[in-house]
Amino acid sequence: MGITFRKETFRDDFTFRNSPEHIRRFPFPFHEDSYMYAVNIEPHVVGPKGSVLENLIDVDEHYVAEMQDRALVLAEDPLRCQSLPHMTLAGWDLLELLMEQQALGYPEHFTLERNGDRWRWINRPLGIDDTFTFGDTSTLPYGPMEYITRQSQGDFCILDQRDGNLWMDAGMVTTQADWSLDFDIGMNFFEWHAPVPLAHEKGIFVRALKFLINIQQGKPARRLNWTMTINPRLDTSPENYHKWGPDRTTVTPENVGDKVHLRVELQSFWRLPRSNGIVFPIRCYLIKMDELVTQPKWARRLHRVIRDLPEELATYKGLTRFRPTLVEWLSKLDDGSPTSSGFGPD
Amino acid sequence: MSTGTTKLDVVVSDVVPVNELVTRFHFRRRDGELLPTFSGGAHVVVEMRDGERTRLNPYSLMGSPLDTREYTISVRRDDVGRGGSLFMHNSVKPGLEMVISYPVNLFSLDLRAKKHLMLAGGIGITPFMAQTAQLAGEGGNFELHYTCRTASLGTYADVLRERYGRRVRLYHDDLEERIELDRLLSSQPLGTHLYVCGPAGMINWVRDRAAALGWPPETVHYEHFAAPQPGLPFDVTLAVSGKTIQVGEQQSLLEAIEAAGVDPPYLCRGGVCGQCETNVISCDGKFIHNDHWLSEEEHRSGRKIMPCVSRFEGNSLVLER
Repeated sequence: MGITFRKETFRDDFTFRNSPEHIRRFPFPFHEDSYMYAVNIEPHVVGPKGSVLENLIDVDEHYVAEMQDRALVLAEDPLRCQSLPHMTLAGWDLLELLMEQQALGYPEHFTLERNGDRWRWINRPLGIDDTFTFGDTSTLPYGPMEYITRQSQGDFCILDQRDGNLWMDAGMVTTQADWSLDFDIGMNFFEWHAPVPLAHEKGIFVRALKFLINIQQGKPARRLNWTMTINPRLDTSPENYHKWGPDRTTVTPENVGDKVHLRVELQSFWRLPRSNGIVFPIRCYLIKMDELVTQPKWARRLHRVIRDLPEELATYKGLTRFRPTLVEWLSKLDDGSPTSSGFGPD
Repeated sequence: MSTGTTKLDVVVSDVVPVNELVTRFHFRRRDGELLPTFSGGAHVVVEMRDGERTRLNPYSLMGSPLDTREYTISVRRDDVGRGGSLFMHNSVKPGLEMVISYPVNLFSLDLRAKKHLMLAGGIGITPFMAQTAQLAGEGGNFELHYTCRTASLGTYADVLRERYGRRVRLYHDDLEERIELDRLLSSQPLGTHLYVCGPAGMINWVRDRAAALGWPPETVHYEHFAAPQPGLPFDVTLAVSGKTIQVGEQQSLLEAIEAAGVDPPYLCRGGVCGQCETNVISCDGKFIHNDHWLSEEEHRSGRKIMPCVSRFEGNSLVLER
């Protein structure tokens, strides 16, 4: 039957909502009542039907609206999409991966026909039907990475692997949690993670890098990360801080449920076959508090996590201004009863 | 078998003698599908069922990455080695069903390079077969210098000359032709990356001269899979699994651990990738480190060992496995 794509916005009037089915499939990131950094990486394998892991590249009801929002961001700021000259081959790798995965998971919406180098790509939700020569950039309206990431939910960083490190040498980044591709482009793994508190001391990045440079073809991995965003805004970039930063001061006890959103990133890591690079899709899921607390277990647990979060993490994640208001609001939904282990709702 | 790599079920589709020492093997997928795409410089680990023993040897993929109907490897017969190459030469025939790993690349091209300068010695030519095919397809700038013992042992020299003409230079030991290395390294344009694959002596020579001539280390790439060396048998206690095993003369420590039913992760089995790094809990004796992964300091510390290629001589060794 296929997905019914919502008409909604991530700016101005903020009409973004999750349907009841999408609330239940939300990738709630806390498996226990507290949170601290860990190298929480696991194999990226297909998960239960009806979850965001049902397909390795997830397409959901927000697809069309997210792609429209991306086009708006790019029109204002083309530097959100950059690819250093040596990364074109990796762009083709990514194009192949995303076309294959979307066509495999959602055949009613996407079709890929391959005849040698001659490929035909049909994207029904966006009304695209293009035939091109794989490997020949002149046969596409954009470079291969930009072409396919204008048609794929989530941000994408392509990392070049050399000298025992990973380098942020290409990406499409329009739905980010306050970091900038234009600032990070060309940096290595330790450089672009420099602002993260606490994790360096725990040696987390050294271990994470060691893991990532050994990611093998055919064996992708994943992790979840999270923060909170006021209003369902996808583009919370440093470039546009003046637009979304002040939103943090607008949270009141009356509007918490509508304004405060849990923002979860499903990050995955894939070895690219031709370039030997790694692609790092960062898929953003948003859910407002009113929607989240329809699952009583999530309400109780989120209250405890936010209440007990170390101050450095709260600051880094930008929660300081509204944390007391949010904790107070959530506390009314926490009767102190135990929560079952695991991520899912009861 | 290893928990670390995805496997491919293949059938040997062809076996082609190339010269008196080297034979080429072709693999196709048993289900008739295409094999995974790979990048020039990648290797696969071939599983060999040799009677009671399972041998696992890495070989560079030498076909064009643009054609994934089949994978090809070339194996040089080593009459005094541990037997893997003899098994391939003597027992692997067309139609044999085998298992190989997914491709892994520990010797990949730096695609930022303005020019790729490649130096090959002997069977070290194989990764360059794939890399040159990849670069030629993309219009990349490369130059290959290939040293072999004699013209008849110049594996694929004729193919390479035919494909790439003057971009390939050959040097024959029996004619006393030598790479003029200092001149070559001193006359490269800025932005050149250097790649070397061949015997250990050649790799060391090239790396030393490149360093002396001021090449930045990140522009010098080399692949040297150490073959596990035979040695005296030794006993090992595996503390985590509670087993005591003996490592045979012709066996690697990793193979002995696997034969006991314990599966450490691995990728290269040649002391390069770091996957099988193992902590030493206690020891009384001396290590024979043959890997390129651990630092000299780690070698001296006696706290870590790479069981794929390194050995031990002494009274007792307890590992965290």
